[in-house]
Amino acid sequence: MGVEGIGARVLRKEDKRFITGKGRYTDDMSVPGMKHAAFVRSPHAHAKITGIDVETAKKMPGVIGVLTGAELKADGIGNLICGWMIHSKDGTPMKMGAWSPLATDTVRYVGDAVVIVVADTKGQARDAAEAVDVSYEELPVVVKTAEALNEGAPQLHPEAPGNLIFDWDIGDEKATNDAFAGAAHVTKMDIVNGRLVPNAIEPRATLGVYDAGEDHYTCWTTSQNPHVARLVLSAFYNVAPENKLRVIAPDVGGGFGSKIFIYPEELICLWASKKTGVPVKWVADRTESFLADAHGRDHVTHAELAFDKDNKILGLKVQTIANLGAYMSLFSSSVPTYLYATLLSGQYDIPAIHANVKAVYTNTAPVDAYRGAGRPEASFVLERIMETAARELKVSPAELRRKNFIRTFPHQTPVIMNYDAGDFDATLDAGLKAADYEGFEKRREEAAKRGKLRGIGLSCYIEACGIAPSAAVGSLGAGVGLWESAEVRVNAIGTIEILTGSHSHGQGHETTFAQLATERFGVPIDSVSIVHGDTDKVQMGMGTYGSRSGAVGMSAVVKALDKVEAKAKKIAAHLLEADEADIEIKDGDVRVVGTDKSLPWFQVALAAYTAHNLPSGMEPGLKEGAFYDPSNFTFPGGCHICEVEIDPETGVTEIIQFVAADDFGKIINPMIVEGQVHGGLAQGIGQALLEGTHYDDTGQLLTASFMDYTMPRAQNLPSFNIMTTETPCPSNPLGIKGCGEAGAIGSPPAVINAITDAIHNNNLTMPATPQTVWNAIQAAK
Amino acid sequence: MYETQYHRAASVEEAARLMGEAEDGKFLAGGMTLIPTMKQRLASPSDLIDLRRIEALKGVTVDGRTVRIGAVTTHYDVSTNEELAKICPAITNLAGHIGDPQVRNMGTIGGSIANNDPAADYPSALLALDATIITSQRSLPASDFFIGLFETALQPDEIVVAVEFVAPDKAAYKKFPNPASLYAMAGVFVAKSGDNIRVAVTGAGEGGVFRLKDAEAALAGNFSPSALDSLAVDPDVLLSDMHASADYRANLVKVMAKRAVAEISNRPM
Amino acid sequence: MAKVELFVNGRAVTGEAEDRTLLVHFLRENLGLTGTHVGCDTSQCGACVVHVDGRAVKSCTMLAAQASGSTITTIEGLSPNGELHPLQVAFRENHALQCGFCTPGMIMTSVDMIRRHPNGLDEATVRDQLEGNICRCTGYHNIVKAVLDASDKMGKGAVKAA
Repeated sequence: MGVEGIGARVLRKEDKRFITGKGRYTDDMSVPGMKHAAFVRSPHAHAKITGIDVETAKKMPGVIGVLTGAELKADGIGNLICGWMIHSKDGTPMKMGAWSPLATDTVRYVGDAVVIVVADTKGQARDAAEAVDVSYEELPVVVKTAEALNEGAPQLHPEAPGNLIFDWDIGDEKATNDAFAGAAHVTKMDIVNGRLVPNAIEPRATLGVYDAGEDHYTCWTTSQNPHVARLVLSAFYNVAPENKLRVIAPDVGGGFGSKIFIYPEELICLWASKKTGVPVKWVADRTESFLADAHGRDHVTHAELAFDKDNKILGLKVQTIANLGAYMSLFSSSVPTYLYATLLSGQYDIPAIHANVKAVYTNTAPVDAYRGAGRPEASFVLERIMETAARELKVSPAELRRKNFIRTFPHQTPVIMNYDAGDFDATLDAGLKAADYEGFEKRREEAAKRGKLRGIGLSCYIEACGIAPSAAVGSLGAGVGLWESAEVRVNAIGTIEILTGSHSHGQGHETTFAQLATERFGVPIDSVSIVHGDTDKVQMGMGTYGSRSGAVGMSAVVKALDKVEAKAKKIAAHLLEADEADIEIKDGDVRVVGTDKSLPWFQVALAAYTAHNLPSGMEPGLKEGAFYDPSNFTFPGGCHICEVEIDPETGVTEIIQFVAADDFGKIINPMIVEGQVHGGLAQGIGQALLEGTHYDDTGQLLTASFMDYTMPRAQNLPSFNIMTTETPCPSNPLGIKGCGEAGAIGSPPAVINAITDAIHNNNLTMPATPQTVWNAIQAAK
Repeated sequence: MYETQYHRAASVEEAARLMGEAEDGKFLAGGMTLIPTMKQRLASPSDLIDLRRIEALKGVTVDGRTVRIGAVTTHYDVSTNEELAKICPAITNLAGHIGDPQVRNMGTIGGSIANNDPAADYPSALLALDATIITSQRSLPASDFFIGLFETALQPDEIVVAVEFVAPDKAAYKKFPNPASLYAMAGVFVAKSGDNIRVAVTGAGEGGVFRLKDAEAALAGNFSPSALDSLAVDPDVLLSDMHASADYRANLVKVMAKRAVAEISNRPM
Repeated sequence: MAKVELFVNGRAVTGEAEDRTLLVHFLRENLGLTGTHVGCDTSQCGACVVHVDGRAVKSCTMLAAQASGSTITTIEGLSPNGELHPLQVAFRENHALQCGFCTPGMIMTSVDMIRRHPNGLDEATVRDQLEGNICRCTGYHNIVKAVLDASDKMGKGAVKAA
């Protein structure tokens, strides 16, 4: 490892612009003639639109255009779609309701877009949006996940009778029932995983520019995957052919999943730019983000776990209702199915698993992937029921887990996944030691003397990352392949540009991806630049989500580096009159091993471009591209331990310590990995303690601002005690597993296990706010 | 935000005159509530009359145990006033925990009490301290000033000039903040001067700030936290929302009251 | 329309804006200082924090007209000679930023915090004093480290200078 190569704590190259205010986010973009958009949104959760009167609005000061869904439809713009087909257990395809980018006849959640107004200033656009008169005839509303399937529940879409999108099964039901028949003990639980609002601090924004001279569109947008955006905007929504549409995702202020999807606003602003003849910018305010960004989680589950007389797990049964909101967002169907139920085996050798998932429509914002996407829901079910089982069986929660760990790899679970590597004892041991788990009871007694309730909770999670082998996901219903592309361009003086289809919105790719080239050629990291986020600069890519940039995106870079290295060696061998096999590239020099013959790296690059003296038949230039399609998912896992102290008078939970021992495989930059873990933990702990999304019975979102939705603040969190163990991933060239979501996946059950341990009441839903905990304490009295 | 007309007043008299001329004006001090309310289009004053730069409304003066705080004195300036901290640390402490640091740099005591948000901190202090509110037209006791939710005795063109109070022997303020907004979900200010004990509650009352007379009576005979053990706070007069039910707020009021008394009992002043 | 006269990052500027224009929009749109961000509508997130007459203020909760006559420092004005402010250095060295969107507000808040605590800071105080700023990426762990680091270094610097 060099000081700037793989494994080094290299400070981030991108930081300079961010700490000096020179970051360039979508809202910072400005083009000549640019105007501002505001959306008229439905104030009702469910209503028929009986009329839209735009005449007053059109005459307001500064107004350039007021456009409706009828005009959008007339121009051939398509409905929004979900790109992952799920089949119900009876073989029928999922029931996708029509989602018009601007509602024309029915609105189905508060925030549903109805009209776009374009005006000189944002204030004028909003003034005019208020003057648009939409007449509604209110319809009955269903909001709660558990009520969507009730007989007589209000019906959202004619395409989905009974609000049922799919009724999907995984695993072997008969084998699982048989396993339960012989059980010595069965633990049963009802588990709710509440709805979350992602809340990247940069609100979504877009700037659509139509160039009539070229019949060409440019879309600046807050996206985690600009190429996927272009593909979907072109192929499904008919905005423009791909060669006539450039999508740019510049600096993006956090994503967490919410900026994967293609939302109505991007395509409407592009279309509106052509309609009005002016560039159209829209920036969400925070309340719009709450109303109209895709939300996360929202599962209601019943689970049963069967043990034999030696406390070995025999089988697991899970029934889940997943709320997908009012419409099916781009990847919504994959989240509660292949990203959830396939992880229900956790770190344990479970011979039989059966899970059933019913996805439902409700009059709420669409739900899709949010940091972890399905895997936090799986680990919450499994790790809550494991801890509960240990309490019922009166055995140590750590030892019950250890007894059931998988120890041989590869391991085929009953729910599709084939775990390629792991060492669960190692992360558990590291976590227990760091947390002084053994010494806990003494600390509990000491806290009791101070009138505090102290508790400790564990979570041993696994996740599937690096999504994913294209053929595998294709067979499971994905509409796209999930490979990644890279191009390595060595310039004539030896500096390097790496073009990648991955997108950095905080993950530090400009540094970590450059570390790969530095490691390979020994060139200074400042001579390596990363290019991403622009469909005109980078060829097709699949973007960043599912902790895939390392395992998939970097692997593509490695493949391209391999090709560049091979060509550079050929050139050097030719110039140095040596055998290609004897050439090594190290510390910025290209040498013949065992001799003093060498060339500086830049001379090899220069030779490739002068092309005066290349091996016979070789093309000039030193630039190679590669696509990498993974052979398997990757399986990060770990052990999270939370210790809390609760004030029984107020119900306030203080996290005394939080330990995370994770196995991410090979690590490129430990500093950046630690940052990813910290952020994930904050989101997981936020879910466990603070973040609750509340709709009232009429479908009004009560938590539609930071005044009511509790975002984790510095004072809510401890400093974290984190560490890693390493079993390299055998499925990719770098041995990387991925680290972006682990914190959010492992932590919620650890926190809730700790609180329920402290208060001796296992009936506790997230978020465990002071009021919720205080009520649970009263109930246990 | 709807369009408005901004005016900057140089004196209390000019401010009152500008208000008289405005169609539907509002006084603007720190703006920590008014500006966000306007941003959400929930308020649309035709005119804003900015009081923040009127010198006569600024500053804290301490004369013996008598305290005068000018209406546009920021929470930060109150919280860091050393003279005030010497005789009434409860009020500097309270000011040091309003909102967040940026709010404390802009927000003012006059703005806070004129707005009388049921979850604001200052009203409980002024009520418990039996403070006098001096306006451009008169002086009136806090108990007559605070009327209900967002409601005070102020006339449309009447401007809060200052608040005055005599520092009590001892006092303390304990608040339980709403975890999202950081406003008080229950805040209790306890003031003790000789045998005179006053307890005021903010954040919890259905009708805004109120005195907790049962607690005052219980503490009169025995000024210790245990005197409140059997205190029953009536949930029927308390706010109830998704953040805190009335029962939970009743519990918080009692706990915060006991903690304020404990703090007073445990320190010399 | 309001006439707005400010002294921003060492430069006198004047401009016209609707009376309803917020200071943050005046800075971003009239002056092109896009380092100051807007992350919420309710004065909670702190992405918009600048210094007004030397104190940290949320520029989304102040009218440009209200600020007229004041001296403003934004993130762009924190390193006037190109030499990074100790807090900017500390944020980078401690990996206290990821997406960078909350960073300008975090740094401006922290500069104000260190100024108000000349005798140094501890972790609990830093966490408490960051209550007006929200970060969704870092879990605050490294932000707290960075502020303590800068406070330490700036404190030592002050002692040396004295």
